[in-house]
Amino acid sequence: MEAFTRLTGLVAPIDRPNVDTDAIIPKQFLKSIKRSGFGPNLFDEWRYLDKGEPDKANEGRPLNPDFILNQPRYQGAQILLARDNFGCGSSREHAPWAIYDYGFRAVIAPSFADIFYGNSAKNGLLLVTLSAEIVERLFNDTRATPGYALTIDLGAQTVTTPAGEIFQFDYAAGLKHRMLNGLDDIGMTLQKADAIRAYEAKRKQSAPWLFAET
Amino acid sequence: MTARTLYDKLWDAHLVEQFDDGAALIYIDRHIAHEVTTPQAFEGLKLAGRGLWRRAATVAVSDHNVPTRDIHHISDPVAKVQLETLARNCREHRITHFDIGDVRQGIVHVTGPEQGWSLPGMTIVCGDSHTATNGALGALAFGIGTSEVEHVMATQTLVLRKARNMLIEVSGTLRPGVSAKDLILAIIGRIGTAGATGHTMEYAGEAISRLSMEERMTVCNMSIEAGGRAGLVAVDDKTIAYVEGRPGAPKGEEWTQAVAAWRELHSDPGAHFDTVVRLDASEIEPQVTWGTSPEMVLPISGRVPDPAAETDEVRRTGIAGALKYMGLTPGTPLAEIPIDKVFIGSCTNSRIEDLRAAAAVVKGKRLAANVTLAMVVPGSGLVKRQAEAEGLDRVFLDAGFEWREPGCSMCLGMNPDQLLPGERCASTSNRNFEGRQGHGGRTHLVSPAMAAAAGIAGHFVDVQKV
Ligand code: SF4
Repeated sequence: MEAFTRLTGLVAPIDRPNVDTDAIIPKQFLKSIKRSGFGPNLFDEWRYLDKGEPDKANEGRPLNPDFILNQPRYQGAQILLARDNFGCGSSREHAPWAIYDYGFRAVIAPSFADIFYGNSAKNGLLLVTLSAEIVERLFNDTRATPGYALTIDLGAQTVTTPAGEIFQFDYAAGLKHRMLNGLDDIGMTLQKADAIRAYEAKRKQSAPWLFAET
Repeated sequence: MTARTLYDKLWDAHLVEQFDDGAALIYIDRHIAHEVTTPQAFEGLKLAGRGLWRRAATVAVSDHNVPTRDIHHISDPVAKVQLETLARNCREHRITHFDIGDVRQGIVHVTGPEQGWSLPGMTIVCGDSHTATNGALGALAFGIGTSEVEHVMATQTLVLRKARNMLIEVSGTLRPGVSAKDLILAIIGRIGTAGATGHTMEYAGEAISRLSMEERMTVCNMSIEAGGRAGLVAVDDKTIAYVEGRPGAPKGEEWTQAVAAWRELHSDPGAHFDTVVRLDASEIEPQVTWGTSPEMVLPISGRVPDPAAETDEVRRTGIAGALKYMGLTPGTPLAEIPIDKVFIGSCTNSRIEDLRAAAAVVKGKRLAANVTLAMVVPGSGLVKRQAEAEGLDRVFLDAGFEWREPGCSMCLGMNPDQLLPGERCASTSNRNFEGRQGHGGRTHLVSPAMAAAAGIAGHFVDVQKV
């Protein structure tokens, strides 16, 4: 997992509450055997005018001109600005995979769905919770200012506007340690590699047959 | 030293580190992979630039998507990609893999014990809930999710919380015609599908000691349907005789050493169990499920229950809903329910003894006219070969049954073997959930002998009386 320390990135707003995981990545894409490559199908139903299929090429599909992420000014955005209860619905981990694969590294919203929150942290996607009033202001500023970028500093737990205004956000210490160091579950366990090796060495003595070739 | 249960011993032997929050790092001896739940795990490893912690600990077999008629013709492109992906991942990581066409290929939980991939005293995981089957060998075996599969491949460990201990003590002897499948269905009927939630189940007592290894596998297999993540049977002479000589079994000096260690794999006298359930095997009749959950089960002498007789509101609507889906009328004797199809197979009941039991019922008889399809799907290529050597395939074919290639088949219908809407099936599999065997399909879980007898009679029938 990639570490998240500090990011200055273009902001794209998605102005609706309760964006669910089926909207983030529709269910037909779950048949995939992969965990990467979902970016082109992020928000598939909103983004394109036709129906997306897992084995269909996305280049050349008719884009919905009204969908915000299709606007030229938001291309290359790394921070998604969203409304309440973002990521509700099914537990599919494909949702954060798709958001991340598209290029976003952080989502700012007044609240997030629980499972989505956990899944995002596991996959290096930073979710920043700010009050509804602040989010409202960020929406207005983003719309009013082409090229509007925010700086997120996870170490300091701050979001800084182009005008230099600073907003503090909460982030659990355990998760923060993992995000800052790029540690996923496996990375955490691998910090115990010595203990695992010591266990194996001992076990090999008492039960060598468990280590036979296959 | 305090008295420990078998589960306690297995847990202690695999403890790498105990964490303060109650979780623990547990070492995993064996990971068995199949095509459905592993592709994202392999890709995750690649994306993170990680390799396998211990290559030889992982072995693989294709099963869920395998076609059982013409094994080399896979009609579903998604299934094909999954199978090919497993083969490629195994090649890349030099993992032993039994692919389609290999006589050793079979259902993952049949192949594991058969090959000696699963041994007593091991921790065994697989991305499939019926991994509990391997607990019959006195191993701690349980199903895991895809991210855990990746975790095991990368670290050879899992972060787990210890479950509670449950003892299922079965006294007496099963009557003739009553099988291990009837026993586990009766246990589930008694404790419910959530009865063992949070527990590791140990099956013990006279009736369990009398079971063959394959029968113990059938019992442990359905622990998950009782809510338990793992099921266990203590090691005895039968266990050791079963393991001896298998390809993965230790040899020579190591064998002697292993057997000595395995002899300790039983619960100590006086060990504490959080929950104890006692049953008398001699009271158990052949079982048939009538609903859409494995706990909706009754003896063959029973009748379809009446929701109106149920006082509990939630249960009443549950029964009514199940009967509606199953197309059954309250009060109908189970022995009068006609069937359309028979499925003999799945990781619960596709081993040689299962096929023998079914063949014994079928021998010299013909499939009933109202039964449109009866299929026998051996659990592995080796089971199939053994059955053919004993002439069982002829017995089935002569009676009008189909004799298929090994795989999961109609247990979940990921391949073309599926029920059509409204079709009723006597099935030896483990789940009777709505749509499990095909959209709108109606599944009745039974033993191999009961499924065979239903095929011959055209309706459920007490195999004790056949
Ligand atoms: S036979 Fe059925 S239950 Fe067993 S592994 Fe295959 S699909 Fe799962």
